[in-house]
Amino acid sequence: MEDQMSSKPYIREVPRYSWFLRQPRYMRYMLREVTCIFIGAYAVFLLVALRRLSEGREAWESFVQMLTGPASLVFHLIVLAFALYHTTSWFNVTPKAMPIQAGEDFVPGAVIVGAHYAVWLAVSVVLLFLAGVF
Amino acid sequence: METIRTDVAILGAGGAGLRAAIALAETSPGLSIALVSKVYPMRSHTCAAEGGAAGVIKADDSLEHHFNDTVGGGDWLCDQDAVDFLVQEAPKELIQLEHWGCPWSREADGSVAVRPFGGMKKQRTWFAADKSGFHILHTLFQTSLQFPAIQRFDEYYVTDLIVDDGRCQGFTAIEMRSGQMKFFQAGAVIIASGGAGRMFPFTTNGAIKTGDGMALAYRAGVPLKDMEFVQYHPTGLPNTGTLLTEACRGEGGILLNKNGRRFLQDYGMGPETPVGQPVLKTMELGPRDRVSQAFWHEQKKGNMVPTRWGDCMLLDMRHLGEKKINERLPLVRDMAVSYLGVDPVTDAVPVRPVVHYMMGGIDTDIDAATLMPGLFAAGECACVSINGANRLGSNSLTELLVFGRRAAVSAAAYLEAGVGAGNSAALAARAAEAQARLRALFDRSDGTETLAGLRREMMATMEEHAGIYRSGEGLKVACATLADLRRRYAAIELHDKTNVYNTDLLQALELGAMLDCAEAVTVSALARTESRGAHQRLDFTARDDAKFLRHTLARYRPGGEPAIDYRDVVITRSPPGVRDYSGGHE
Amino acid sequence: MSRRQIELEVLRYNPETDTEPHFQRYSVSCEDEWVVLDALNHIKETIDPTLSYRWSCHMAVCGSCGMMVNGEPKLSCKAFLRNYEGVIRVEPLAHFPIQRDLVTVIDDFVTKLRQVKPYLIPKQEKTLAAGEYLQTPAELKKYKQYTLCINCMLCYAACPEYGLVPKFIGPAAISLAHRYNQDSRDGGREARQQEIAKNEGVWECSFVGACSEVCPEHVDPAGALQQVKIQSTVDWYQEHLMPWKTK
Repeated sequence: MEDQMSSKPYIREVPRYSWFLRQPRYMRYMLREVTCIFIGAYAVFLLVALRRLSEGREAWESFVQMLTGPASLVFHLIVLAFALYHTTSWFNVTPKAMPIQAGEDFVPGAVIVGAHYAVWLAVSVVLLFLAGVF
Repeated sequence: METIRTDVAILGAGGAGLRAAIALAETSPGLSIALVSKVYPMRSHTCAAEGGAAGVIKADDSLEHHFNDTVGGGDWLCDQDAVDFLVQEAPKELIQLEHWGCPWSREADGSVAVRPFGGMKKQRTWFAADKSGFHILHTLFQTSLQFPAIQRFDEYYVTDLIVDDGRCQGFTAIEMRSGQMKFFQAGAVIIASGGAGRMFPFTTNGAIKTGDGMALAYRAGVPLKDMEFVQYHPTGLPNTGTLLTEACRGEGGILLNKNGRRFLQDYGMGPETPVGQPVLKTMELGPRDRVSQAFWHEQKKGNMVPTRWGDCMLLDMRHLGEKKINERLPLVRDMAVSYLGVDPVTDAVPVRPVVHYMMGGIDTDIDAATLMPGLFAAGECACVSINGANRLGSNSLTELLVFGRRAAVSAAAYLEAGVGAGNSAALAARAAEAQARLRALFDRSDGTETLAGLRREMMATMEEHAGIYRSGEGLKVACATLADLRRRYAAIELHDKTNVYNTDLLQALELGAMLDCAEAVTVSALARTESRGAHQRLDFTARDDAKFLRHTLARYRPGGEPAIDYRDVVITRSPPGVRDYSGGHE
Repeated sequence: MSRRQIELEVLRYNPETDTEPHFQRYSVSCEDEWVVLDALNHIKETIDPTLSYRWSCHMAVCGSCGMMVNGEPKLSCKAFLRNYEGVIRVEPLAHFPIQRDLVTVIDDFVTKLRQVKPYLIPKQEKTLAAGEYLQTPAELKKYKQYTLCINCMLCYAACPEYGLVPKFIGPAAISLAHRYNQDSRDGGREARQQEIAKNEGVWECSFVGACSEVCPEHVDPAGALQQVKIQSTVDWYQEHLMPWKTK
């Protein structure tokens, strides 16, 4: 009767590079994903620091000097902001990936997230202690 | 026209259709199975059933109890041999579902839990929170996916049964996405297409419940049995009509009038039981017909709560507490909050009776076979009869499983006994006739009637004259109105004359089916001059066993009213008694 | 009962007459408590009978009526008009081909559903006569939420991964596989892993989480997928570091 063409469904294309502009939740997702660039950048920064350390006192001290400059400060603030967002957004989703059933009910998500923060705090304190802050 | 050859063609992919398909695939591996539905299987209205499925498993229960509850609940219009078969097969079927993965709610020790339900003397309703039908449907659908023998044809609307040589040899169906008609040539056909509640304006039924399969069998010469018995479910949402399960009352919910009185005690269901401690088979756990009828009387007295959607009674579940409601009645809470803005945890919910189920349907015997060779039927579209004049809640889901399977067994046996090849030329001619009838609907260009207009008039007359209480005068008006609508239906013109997914056409065909079913309801109701179960006459208030311990059979007569005939009810060991739902007797 | 005039912009498409979809504006007099579906039904009944869309139960359990309302995947039977202002834009569910008006072609989803083996593969055989498998309330709760999926496909419409990579098996199908994996009676996890632990399975997911945000039944498919990823990773390590454990 009718040929295939006349019942042809219409396919709506998804814009390959601007799809995330369509909804706020996609923008938030991209922001979370973009944090990895800054984490990566800081990892490179740490490698550079190690390199300077291995190059001797002069190299190291000039590096430390650079650290206190305004460019470095701005860089660190930006990276810290992204790192914090990276960490908190991942902490918040851990209960979904690792549900813990105690008896019949599940451990409340807040407890699991809280535990992550607690461990983070503890590790941070230890590191700061090792770094001679207290 | 494309012909699809299959051994068995199943019309409808809800609980009964899926169960039949799985049974065939499991026990008759050589058979080809076409599972044809106008919707995808998970949309079938089985998904909306909430309360549960009845089956005897507790030590204090017995098949005899289930039998007696069902026969009494049906006001002795049930065929007792069929009820025996149902109660006997029920536990097996429910365990089979469990083995297929159904997430039945459990006792602490891991065994299946049961809950109290209306009209049942013992607790025997298996449940999956308050979405039992949903879980049963999805379990069956997902289980069916493992059988390659089951070939599915989703979104095909069946237009005509093809009958030749005195037997059913398949059906024609429109493939909705293309508008093309196809002929399913089958050795045996099982109809499992559900009920027809949409002929009424207020119903728990979804859009798809339009009696298509009932009308097909009816027009092909198979009688529709006991159509006058239409069940009202006491607790539907007053605005959308959607269902608040009987389990609300099973868990302890109570029904109040505007004065805060549990009025059911004034209608033979007392004495009042303690709040939150329901006693089986009395008060709020009385059978649906009695509870709906009590509402009707209270409303006439002016005791119902006036709301913007009409008069309502109050379903009070506050005393159950938030934890119990969230655990056992989460869907109910969600629906009341979303659609009514009422939270059952803090407020009583206004509800009223709405049309829910059709006890009547395609006349079948205890083996799910119709009088026409090659045609079988199961589920709400069929009438065996196990529900008689009033169905007990949670017997229907069980019925789908037991008789879905039974229909498959019967169809397989029928094929096994040898079925002729069929006269290709004759079959092609019949299919071409079906095509021509459809084309006529498309080609009509001088139509004077609108689909929506006729549908509204049909609903109005059913609500007004064929509701909870009926009268001779009212039914005569309904019959005349429906006959008139039937004639005017021939002058309907489609607004949409295209082919791809034409829902204007679909609704027009569905209306045709509903008009046929509605006429069977009203003519049967007029002829039954007694009150029994869900069929209550203001002019004949008593039950008349001498004249009416029989099933009504409505036979199609083209261009006129159905012819009414009767068949005796099968009574084996339970003679008609009194339906006593008052407490304090044992 | 008060009514207000609502403007709906509905995307229409008839393959027989159109080369492209186009919007059509309707002005409808609506009751306060109506949902988008009620408005569509009113349009079909009184203004334009040619409008095609799917619906049935009107209580968010059949999954038929998924569509985009102001760009957000919603069940039209649960999209309350009172929550919208101005013109309401109604389009067919995203990421599926349009068959006609608001009706999409869902073949891809149906195929994928079947692919993941979404049925119980019992750990131990049991006869019917032996009764039910025992399952404690705790064991039931472990997988219960994943049984609630109504197959409405809002998650597929929300998932940008599915939009960009159509071969992705997708949230609902994988969640259903997970439902059976978590069922104490089931022994079919290995069989399902083959389907869902491959590239177009769970590893296509980058945990955007949109699926869980739009799910009307709170199934949390995103959670299910991450759990499958973890199981999958553990499987991989076990296979490579402790090969004696895998038969």
